[in-house]
Amino acid sequence: MRPFAYDRAETTALAARHPTAQGQTDAKVQFLAGGTTLLDLMKLDVLRPERVVDITPLKARHSGIEVGPDGLRLGGLAAMAAVADHPAVKRDYPAIAEALQLAASPQLRNMATLGGNVLQRTRCPYYRDPSWAACNKRTPGSGCAAIGGFNRQHAVLGVSERCIAQYPGDFAVALAALDAEVELVGPGGARRISILDLHTGSDRPHIEHSLRPGEVIVGFRVPAAPWARRSTYLKIRDRQSYEFAIASAAVALDLDGGVVRHARIGLGGMAYKPWRAKAAEAALVGKPLTEDTATAAARLALEGAVGHGHNDYKVELGRRTVVRALLAASATEV
Amino acid sequence: MAYDASDDPRQLFGRPTPRIDGVAKVTGAARYASDEPVANPAYAYLVTSAVARGRVAGFDLDQARAAPGFIDVLTHENVGGQVKTNPDPAGKPDNTTTLESDKIWHDGQIIAVVLAESFEAARDAAHRVGVRYAAEAPSASFDSPGVQVEAHKPQTPDAKKGDAAGAFEGAPVKVEARYSTPTQHHNPIELFTTTCVWDGPKLTIYEPTQSMWGLKGGLAKQLSLDPKDVRTVSRFVGGAFGSKGSPTGRTAWIALAAKRLNRPVKLIASRDQGFTIATYRAETRQQVKLGATRDGKLVSFFHEGWEVTSRPSGYNVAGVETTARMYACPNIATAVNVVHADRNTPGFMRAPPETPYMFGLESAMDELAYALNMDPVELRRVNDTQTDPVDGRPFSSRSLMPCFDQAAARFGWSRRDPKPGAMRDGDWQVGWGCATACYPSNIGPAAARLSLTPSGKAAIQLAGHEIGTGAYTTVAVTVAHALGLKVEDVTVTMGDSDLPPVPVAGGSNNAASTTNVAYKACQMVRDRVAGAAVKAQDSPFHGADPAALRLQDGLLRGPGNLSEPLDKAVARTGGRLEVYAENIPAGLPPSAAQGLYEGKMVMSRGTGRKDVTAFAFGAHFVEMRVHVRTREARVGRVVSAFAAGTIVNPTTAHSQFMSGAIWGLSAALHEATEIDADAARYVNDNLADYLLPVNADVPPIEIIMVPEKDDRVNPLGVKGIGEIGITGMNAAVANAVFHATGKRIRDLPIRVEHLL
Repeated sequence: MRPFAYDRAETTALAARHPTAQGQTDAKVQFLAGGTTLLDLMKLDVLRPERVVDITPLKARHSGIEVGPDGLRLGGLAAMAAVADHPAVKRDYPAIAEALQLAASPQLRNMATLGGNVLQRTRCPYYRDPSWAACNKRTPGSGCAAIGGFNRQHAVLGVSERCIAQYPGDFAVALAALDAEVELVGPGGARRISILDLHTGSDRPHIEHSLRPGEVIVGFRVPAAPWARRSTYLKIRDRQSYEFAIASAAVALDLDGGVVRHARIGLGGMAYKPWRAKAAEAALVGKPLTEDTATAAARLALEGAVGHGHNDYKVELGRRTVVRALLAASATEV
Repeated sequence: MAYDASDDPRQLFGRPTPRIDGVAKVTGAARYASDEPVANPAYAYLVTSAVARGRVAGFDLDQARAAPGFIDVLTHENVGGQVKTNPDPAGKPDNTTTLESDKIWHDGQIIAVVLAESFEAARDAAHRVGVRYAAEAPSASFDSPGVQVEAHKPQTPDAKKGDAAGAFEGAPVKVEARYSTPTQHHNPIELFTTTCVWDGPKLTIYEPTQSMWGLKGGLAKQLSLDPKDVRTVSRFVGGAFGSKGSPTGRTAWIALAAKRLNRPVKLIASRDQGFTIATYRAETRQQVKLGATRDGKLVSFFHEGWEVTSRPSGYNVAGVETTARMYACPNIATAVNVVHADRNTPGFMRAPPETPYMFGLESAMDELAYALNMDPVELRRVNDTQTDPVDGRPFSSRSLMPCFDQAAARFGWSRRDPKPGAMRDGDWQVGWGCATACYPSNIGPAAARLSLTPSGKAAIQLAGHEIGTGAYTTVAVTVAHALGLKVEDVTVTMGDSDLPPVPVAGGSNNAASTTNVAYKACQMVRDRVAGAAVKAQDSPFHGADPAALRLQDGLLRGPGNLSEPLDKAVARTGGRLEVYAENIPAGLPPSAAQGLYEGKMVMSRGTGRKDVTAFAFGAHFVEMRVHVRTREARVGRVVSAFAAGTIVNPTTAHSQFMSGAIWGLSAALHEATEIDADAARYVNDNLADYLLPVNADVPPIEIIMVPEKDDRVNPLGVKGIGEIGITGMNAAVANAVFHATGKRIRDLPIRVEHLL
């Protein structure tokens, strides 16, 4: 870990005084909240900020959990554990609560904030160890050691020849399925963007997200919707707990009898960024939710998936995960 | 209690006893090597190679030197010739080097040591070291271009009997299959640390080790010191599993650094460095051919292994020595090949030979059971034997089938529908599998110093190793019961090479070696007390036969319910009652004692004895559950039974058996070190990506200790139990997965993609 200057920002306005190209891996200023990604990467010498701005004082104003008629509002600095354990979130937005509950460990869920969690960096081992020279995410233009390397955990959706890193999180996948928006405050004022526009693509892997310099995630809005209660997050992993997904699906269904009125499908554990499978959703509308329709939708959800050897299995596993999640959601009592 | 005239020491054991060091451990009072306070230490951080083969062309050190707190840096350029190369785990000089020269043998090789005023400063400076490599294309593993395959030349000939090839040809029922096991790393929670302190010519090394005297002797050689000037201290070890069994290359450089700086130096290597600066379990490939009669009797056994090692070292584990002895068979052939790649040298890891090789054998036995349409337990019964099939010697004791029968009964095996895929629980396919567990019973020479005070307090000192097994407690139990004291009246001091030597805590010899020498010391104490009593006019035992006297219930006791309090009986021996005991196990030459004091690995091995073949045996039964859609394989429940002679302390024995079983599950389902095929570098070298089971992965595990009395293995009848638990479990899991799904997984670990 390189020596760095430490600041505390008591307000978003103070945080905004630290405008930096935050989305870039090599940003010289980094915001610190729970620290569960940032500090690791600093110790590993992957991130070398010259200044760390601690935004935990913002918790006082931005860690609320509100469930209202228009939807759910979550403070950007709320602890993952607080949201996972919230009775109304569990009841009305089960996919959100489950995604958080299945993430990490109790210790990490207590420390980590929602805003930091959605921006969690990839677990690509070639990214996380600077002794590997080739990593376009760390060093633009240096290549990708994972392509042709050991890539069992890597993404099959949204990848490019520049980067096949997998987005590791769970919560953002549930947000993607449920049409969530991200609330931002920065030097230019407040704005909202779709969760699907927060993370940027694999064509420029050294850019992580679309936040403007000095912007802080202060909250998330999940609209109320008839499918939110019949939602679930299914996480497939190599061990039962404390492990990243090798495939996951956040699904939500609005059913009329057995027939699908609306469907929402988010995919994790297999994509470069939180993924939304809109073609699969559309294919389900107006049809009964059966093994066959779920299978057809799953095929669409994984269309365009590209394996790189060790991770080829994720295409089939991803389909099966979607089918299992859809059938589970349709069988849920609401 | 009545006087007990029994001469059978085994009756002293078997009472469940909590760890005497348990409170110290859970309160943080237990002092691990890097906890030892030293004055004004400098901190070391290792720089390790980012390429697997080639040379260091040069260093760019300006940035590191400019880092705050920087003190010094060692590289081959300034200290290259100053220490001798650490031998490989087998004791052979052919090992990879560290910073002796510019040569790079493997990924993560130590190429520089940065010294600074704090750990953080040393790490920062180390990150600023620039290295220029002259890299060459490395060979990663079996299928890589450039590996060299060499037939293993064993010290004793490969197990061979009859005509295995001919018998296989003619066998009515055959199984022929290839299996593989992955690279695995120990990952003890306590990292690889070293603290070196010089006092004039004397060097003290605080380092977690399984071999106090081995580390002492090894470092004396590397540093050209008189062994009496080297002291090693390691009072508690936070997990070792073989990784701390033999000296590693790091230690000599830290000693040298401390010498250069004239100041203590402390190293705490990082987790990822632990993957490459110490040893590991190398990947294996195996071919097994079993031929049997239609009623299941083996007529031909063939087992061949391939194991990866480093370029210079021939280290291998050759588990066929064990597998060839499992079942009666008239025709046996085995072979082992070592495959040299650009890798660090592998080494001991819990049941080094048996964990990989029993996977091959016990999977093949399950396949044979299906080929025969026979229950897998019955197949073991048909081929059970009390005679070593290779050497014709009797087993000292062998309770394999009682283990199978008791565990099967608890498990409910009789309710098993043998048809694969026949059992189901909702969306989960359910399968039941079993396998044999085994480990040779080894014992080494050992020494101990024991004293007894008139107030009934005993103190025993030996350079033993508490690596988590409960070693302090087993020694305390032995002394307490042999001297008729309470466990809390016994003080055990271990973990310091200034104390009498015991063997490496490896090969599951620790309990047998230390309890037998402790018991011998107790006998010497008893002899002194009894001898004095029978000569004393004021003793009730005046003129009695000293051999009939016993130390029991805090008294000196004899026939006719006569007794004398210890204060009188002990005081009478005159001065301090202290003995120094050495135990050289039967069958070893008297020169074995010399090896003990030189820190050499001298052992009476269960497979190398002239009188008997000595093994502990066991049986695992596992329920596996596989999701019908997404194919995760999860463990439902486990019942394992073991017969391992005298159980010294059932409390810690239970933990040993159970932890071994859990590691077996992990070896089957989770653990694998992934290697980048082009770069020959470990990829998942951290505890997030190197998967270990979490609590949720470990179901209820029932351990049965099958009583077994062994008169021949050693005087106390103690067989080691530290390693047997892991053996065979990987096969039991794969066999259960086959039963659940109909899919035979021959390559570990078992993952979702194998079952899709």
